[in-house]
Amino acid sequence: MKLSLTKVVNGCRLGKIKNLGKTGDCTMDIPGCLLYTKTGSAPHLTHQTLCNIHGLPAMAQLTLSSLAEHHEVLAEYKEGVGKFIGMPESLLYCSLHDPVSPCPAGYVTNKSVSVWGVGGRVEMTVSKFMAIQQVLQPDWFQCLSDGEASCEEATSIKRARKSVDRSLLFLDNCLRLQEESEVLQKSVIIGVIEGGDVMEERLRSARETAKRPVGGFLLDGFQGNPTTLETRLHLLSSVTAELPEDKPRLVSGVSRPDEVLECIERGVDLFESFFPYQVTERGCALTFSFDYQLNPEETLLQQNGTQEEIKCVDQLKKIKTTGCNQEMTSFEINLKEKKYQEDFNPLVRGCSCYCCKNHTRAYIHHLLVTNELLAGVLLMMHNFEHYFGFFHSIREALKSDTLAQLKELIHRQVS
Amino acid sequence: MAAATPACLDSAPRILRLVAECSRSRARAGELRLPHGPVATPVFMPVGTQATMKGITAEQLDALGCRICLGNTYHLGLRPGPELIQKAHGLHGFMNWPHNLLTDSGGFQMVSLVSLSEVTEEGVRFRSPYDGDETLLSPEKSVQIQNALGSDIIMQLDDVVSSTVTGPRVEEAMYRSIRWLDRCIAAHRSPDKQNLFAIIQGGLDADLRATCLEEMTKRDVPGFAIGGLSGGESKAQFWKMVALSTSQLPKDKPRYLMGVGYATDLVVCVALGCDMFDCVFPTRTARFGSALVPTGNLQLKKKLFEKDFGPIDPECTCPTCQKHSRAFLHALLHSDNTAALHHLTVHNIAYQLQLMSAIRASIVEKRFPEFVRDFMGTMYGDPTLCPTWATEALASVGITLD
Repeated sequence: MKLSLTKVVNGCRLGKIKNLGKTGDCTMDIPGCLLYTKTGSAPHLTHQTLCNIHGLPAMAQLTLSSLAEHHEVLAEYKEGVGKFIGMPESLLYCSLHDPVSPCPAGYVTNKSVSVWGVGGRVEMTVSKFMAIQQVLQPDWFQCLSDGEASCEEATSIKRARKSVDRSLLFLDNCLRLQEESEVLQKSVIIGVIEGGDVMEERLRSARETAKRPVGGFLLDGFQGNPTTLETRLHLLSSVTAELPEDKPRLVSGVSRPDEVLECIERGVDLFESFFPYQVTERGCALTFSFDYQLNPEETLLQQNGTQEEIKCVDQLKKIKTTGCNQEMTSFEINLKEKKYQEDFNPLVRGCSCYCCKNHTRAYIHHLLVTNELLAGVLLMMHNFEHYFGFFHSIREALKSDTLAQLKELIHRQVS
Repeated sequence: MAAATPACLDSAPRILRLVAECSRSRARAGELRLPHGPVATPVFMPVGTQATMKGITAEQLDALGCRICLGNTYHLGLRPGPELIQKAHGLHGFMNWPHNLLTDSGGFQMVSLVSLSEVTEEGVRFRSPYDGDETLLSPEKSVQIQNALGSDIIMQLDDVVSSTVTGPRVEEAMYRSIRWLDRCIAAHRSPDKQNLFAIIQGGLDADLRATCLEEMTKRDVPGFAIGGLSGGESKAQFWKMVALSTSQLPKDKPRYLMGVGYATDLVVCVALGCDMFDCVFPTRTARFGSALVPTGNLQLKKKLFEKDFGPIDPECTCPTCQKHSRAFLHALLHSDNTAALHHLTVHNIAYQLQLMSAIRASIVEKRFPEFVRDFMGTMYGDPTLCPTWATEALASVGITLD
């Protein structure tokens, strides 16, 4: 695989990763995102409804937390997880955890890391971890790592140091086992940068990991709420400065549009797309504008709409959501609100997704009020498409040197 | 469709065109001509109670070959209400379904929600489970709502009594249903766009049923439904009432047997002369992880499917069977990803529609009795092992299973 940069603008990298996949002929654009899945399937979506979405990412994210417990089944299946889940053509990246469900801390040891599946905890030593990867055969996988230094509020230097030491040890052992495995020759190990909030440890982690023959880097421990990310952004710049230019940088747990832009400016290439899923789960639809090319009057009109919604959002910010414990953002509208009951407009005017081309806000409102399963299906289709459109606009903005305008537009919509 | 002219018995539009009839049994193959396109019969109509087919999109339902499905007047009348649906260009516009819709009148909810309802000559008084509000569903109101919904086939409001009830209430309900049919006919504002079907009642009493048949067939409606069955009655009583009804219903109008959807029941009731069926079973059982197959069903959540790498049914052409194994569906069913339910809903609807297609083809190709034997053989291991009631029902129309 080969990463070629077209240009670098104010720290933002625009380019392509080529020669990907088992046959070596797939390409990914950066900056970009990965398709979020749960147990190997996009949430709510079957192959048919998934394929309705325009701009689908070339690579999907699988989580070991949802797949580790199916290890035996996949071992007997033999043909790899891609085929098993019905996505044989897709590039696959296997992360350790699910970015949406927080993992209970305190289960990392010097010898093992645990993930949490439906059936409970699955403890993995390096050899078990690699045995599972042999059976999954993903294109990329996050190396076994210790991500708990970033779990607590204030990490001690000692804990941060341990996270780096353990992760490097795991990495070296995994690389050694990969060498011995014929099956895993085609899979790429993604090295994990740890170190909590301790600058010294983050730099050490970056420099040491970069010495190893990994295919790319995962910047772990930057997830959390918007305030925690803000304080960690300076760490992020320092870390990416230490990493080679020709290997992709992923960040875990960051998916909000404003945070995505902050990270791209600090040298990150790839993101998870769980944010549209969280929006779906709270019965909301992404409506934020990323069309900075619109004429000024139109932008003002859309912005005014958003301003009014911001007032409602302030009141609604207390609302807890099912399963995701996230507050509603100003990037979305809440279709459960009574005002949408007779709104026969699409979710977003001009959106080319299946939901907006076929259905109205009133219909989605009805589906949510009556607790019908179709609500999740239609919202997921819209939210993914809207989100992938956002990434497309980032790439276009970088091409035309207009990222500042896009950034300003996004920030105007953050309340 | 030609506009209905009043009074004359021959003036109701003939919406059913018969294409073939079984020379032994009463099975028929035909085509319904409805405002939103033709529908081949016999037909199974999936149930999409609240303007949605339970997690599958209109596009997916269309791709499976479905050309008619159900909506429910009681539910839609409460949420979102007829005024809103009218603003949305009818139920077709609201849910964006390009093909046909049949709406039930709300009558069945009298039985299913019996603790929340009270029946008088005026209509059914319901207490809403959502906000405690009381609504009166009269024949006029039901037709009014259905007119607003704009469905292609609308059902009369009938006085529905559970099939396990005996005594004078059954007779009262039967006669009231006739009076309510007349009120529905009088109230119906768009007979040229919507086909009002009568519903034969009478419970499990042959005399009452015969009376109802005699009276209702005097009315000028485009089609007849056989109601009040598919409740808790025994199958032996059930088939006799179906057979009695089809023997008295006009041949040139469709016969809709309400609430029937188990594969064996469909095959037998086609033999008895029914053309249309609806049932929540296939879509509901899908959401419990059960996949319908020619030999019965597969409870895919069970451990025995954990490493079963074949599709649900190797003969099935649905998207689920084309792409996914039982093992993957088993794993997905144990997760909280709703996609698992949708995969099974797609398959189960496909199963039902493929079954009806196969039945129809066998009637057209004059081999329906052989089809029935093969079907029973596959389902029960041997045609002679099929349930007694089914054997008797089939025998009554000239089909033997040995």
